[in-house]
Amino acid sequence: MALTIKEVEHVALLARLSLSEDEKVKLSQQLGAILNYADTLNTIPTDNVEPLTHILSVHNVFRADEVQPSMPREEMLANAPLVEAGYYKVPKIM
Amino acid sequence: MKAYDYEIVIGLEVHVELKTKTKIFCGCSNRFGAEPNTNVCPICSGFPGALPVLNQQVVEYAIRAGLALNCEIASYTKFDSKNYFYPDLPNAYQVSQYDRPICSNGYMDIYVDGKPKRIGINRAHIEEDAGKLVHQGSITETAYSLVDLNRCGVPLLEIVSMPDMRQAAEARQYLEKLRSTMLFAGVSDCKMEEGSLRCDANVSVRPWGEQALGTRVEIKNLNSFRSLEKAIEYEARRQMEALDDGEVLVQETRTWDEEKQVTRSMRSKEEAQDYRYFPNPDLPPLVIPREWVESVARSMPELPQQAQLRLMEKYGLSAYDVSILTSSPEYLAFFDRCVAAFAQPKAVANWMMGELNKFLNQSNLQITECRFSPEHLAELLKMIDEGAVSGKMAKDIFAEMFASGKPAAQIVKEKGLAQISDQDTLIAMIEEVLKANPKVVEDYRGGKQKAAGFLVGQIMKATKGQANPTLVNQLIDKCLSAE
Repeated sequence: MALTIKEVEHVALLARLSLSEDEKVKLSQQLGAILNYADTLNTIPTDNVEPLTHILSVHNVFRADEVQPSMPREEMLANAPLVEAGYYKVPKIM
Repeated sequence: MKAYDYEIVIGLEVHVELKTKTKIFCGCSNRFGAEPNTNVCPICSGFPGALPVLNQQVVEYAIRAGLALNCEIASYTKFDSKNYFYPDLPNAYQVSQYDRPICSNGYMDIYVDGKPKRIGINRAHIEEDAGKLVHQGSITETAYSLVDLNRCGVPLLEIVSMPDMRQAAEARQYLEKLRSTMLFAGVSDCKMEEGSLRCDANVSVRPWGEQALGTRVEIKNLNSFRSLEKAIEYEARRQMEALDDGEVLVQETRTWDEEKQVTRSMRSKEEAQDYRYFPNPDLPPLVIPREWVESVARSMPELPQQAQLRLMEKYGLSAYDVSILTSSPEYLAFFDRCVAAFAQPKAVANWMMGELNKFLNQSNLQITECRFSPEHLAELLKMIDEGAVSGKMAKDIFAEMFASGKPAAQIVKEKGLAQISDQDTLIAMIEEVLKANPKVVEDYRGGKQKAAGFLVGQIMKATKGQANPTLVNQLIDKCLSAE
């Protein structure tokens, strides 16, 4: 089943995407098809199965609380399109 | 309806920064106040492919905080990603804990009008802090934001209370006790001015007797205990007035405007599903063995609640007094040491909460920066008790102790402040004053009791306040009735 245009617009807003009317229609069908496919999983009986929270069977992977050198600021900022006074410079977000 | 027809319901969400040496998922320093973007690396700045590894001390502190708040510590817990876009969040998701928080179902007792009240703790979970946005000039006029990622990945514990508070003053008490509890547990330095203790308040109102909760508003930007109290009072009043006017309240986030003392609407609250929480695939789950929890429990020091009960039972101090005395471990230690040297707890409490706090506040100092020791204060109180100095003189001596750190006895000696309690000396002076004021003596004998006050004043003046006033009073009475 296709998503409603409203649902597509909501998801697009959350993803900060701007879509044309044509794209919304196209995506409503494509996203619907993906969800339908994923719904196949719901046909499998899982009543007695513990929910899986991680695909590996490892747990408790820790790091000691010891300071390591940080990266030099110039290197950290090297890929930023805009920089000012040691800060990343971005459009104002209200 | 009138304000008293409504009940206010308050719950608090408190974030404390854990005082680890390093960040939660990388070895960058967790020090406050560094130059912008100097405590950063590819992990905390969200570079593609960088992998987080959990700092074990964060879990240790979370267990400690949870035990201090009487919480159940989960034997299995995990991390989830909370997705949203904002420039201070380079990963575009915050690592948090959604459905399996490390701590849950706790409580903390506070005192309301001297009576204990239990506030439920719904949960406490581990998460990472976001960076900071800096604006040049006013936020409305500036064209861009500057981003400092130093705070990204600083470990936080978010502590969510139950909606158990009913007045702004209760919320303040809760926050103060929570702060001191975290300080005693040793998990955070809880400095509101540096943002290591932050508080959001959920406020709603409902007609008295109504069981269902009213529409909830979340208030942000509460930077002090005072603004928490003021903001709740304002917001509750706003909601009552809106309901009285027949308006429908909307669930929203509002910000506290400190300057105008009002709350302002920020945005309608995003629904939880909009954050699209999902288990974080980079972080394996945690299995917390009982032995770990038990060993943390064994290392727990006396906490504010226990200390408050101890001071109330042992010394008969009021709930108000003990809440101030237990505001920090250092403050309580100062009190305990002072009482050990001078066994009059109420006097010690009064001097600490009165003069000492006044001077600390005036000079913006912490108790740890006080220049004299608890034993020095005890010495001064002993001198008052023995009548060696008057209460008035003691305040002057105290001021000098605070400024110079010198012991009281030395100050008394240097300034010649010792109280005159020698009877012979005083009687000689009194006789002179009586001789010089025959009219007043006559008035007194004629039944004007007040006339004695004038005579006492003359003695105090002649001795520059050094005479023991109680003794002077007694002696004047004696002299006048003897003649």
